[in-house]
Amino acid sequence: MSGDLTSIWVYLSTSPLLGLTSTLLAYQAAMWIFERGGRSPLLNPILISVSMIAGFLMATGTEYRTYFDGAQFVHFLLGPATVALAVPLYNQLPLLRRSWAAVLAVVLVGALMAGGSAVLIAWAMGGSEKILLSLAAKSVTIPIAMGVTERIGGIPSLTAVMVMLTGVFGAVTGGWILDMARVRDQAARGLAMGIASHGIGTVRALQMSETAGAFGGLAIGLTGLVTAVLVPLIHSWIR
Amino acid sequence: MLGSLTILLLCQLAGEVVVRLLGLPLPGPVVGMVILFLGLVIRGRVPTTMEQSVRAILGNFALLFIPASVGVMVHLAAIWAEILPITAAVLGSTVATIVVAGRLMQALSRHKREDAA
Repeated sequence: MSGDLTSIWVYLSTSPLLGLTSTLLAYQAAMWIFERGGRSPLLNPILISVSMIAGFLMATGTEYRTYFDGAQFVHFLLGPATVALAVPLYNQLPLLRRSWAAVLAVVLVGALMAGGSAVLIAWAMGGSEKILLSLAAKSVTIPIAMGVTERIGGIPSLTAVMVMLTGVFGAVTGGWILDMARVRDQAARGLAMGIASHGIGTVRALQMSETAGAFGGLAIGLTGLVTAVLVPLIHSWIR
Repeated sequence: MLGSLTILLLCQLAGEVVVRLLGLPLPGPVVGMVILFLGLVIRGRVPTTMEQSVRAILGNFALLFIPASVGVMVHLAAIWAEILPITAAVLGSTVATIVVAGRLMQALSRHKREDAA
């Protein structure tokens, strides 16, 4: 009997089915916990799902690459979903028409702040060059962040982790930080979430309101754009 | 649903082509988002089926970040070795950015409203 189970596991652990199914299962379990917990930002669904999957993979000695073979089908949809952010953005067109100059100014300041302060803090605390270079682009969406890091000689997959940590931290605490700073304006709340914490922050902004979500989506693209242009430039000046 | 998904993929594809042709330092999907946005502006409205499909996709946006995020397990050792600078940098910069960006945007939009009034 246990011999049968072992051979079934050997088969399943190398098939893409397991990575894909575990991702969907963990996500739905995390959403259930999130809803049950009164949608508390502390019960961030991404944080819970990632902990469950990473724990499961490490406990069973499964490699991340094996998991990703299955999970890549979900990962692939990140592309079309990013394109889809154009729809909430379009629905905010009247608001956007009135405030595009302010949005651009805030994104420029925010993007410099996000990357600059992260690198300065880590440098002041004795972080290695590898870490500093991998932190510069950590506030933008994963595909842009990895591309920028590669250009300046950091470690792209380490940046992906920083991006994730930044996103989850911003999503979990962003609502409170904005309340404490008395930012009530929904456009300002969404824009701040998107600039500081890219798509994961925007998921949280979408839960605040549709306006916040739309400005978060806008910030993902603009902050990514500004970072992709400025970080390699600033890096070449400092060198 | 299928039609809308095809349009999204076409925009992404067009975005990838533009990025490679012009050598832009941007990911294709972000340019694809700009292309779809311009398309909607030209058309003047969002088709109902697309509105519904996009709502379904963005309703589960969080799911799509999970596979890349699980990659954290590969870097546990490197992160642990410099846990203090990393934590301080991520926490400090995120709080600072949210406060500065939020306050600045709120101040600028308030200013704008007073101008209009």
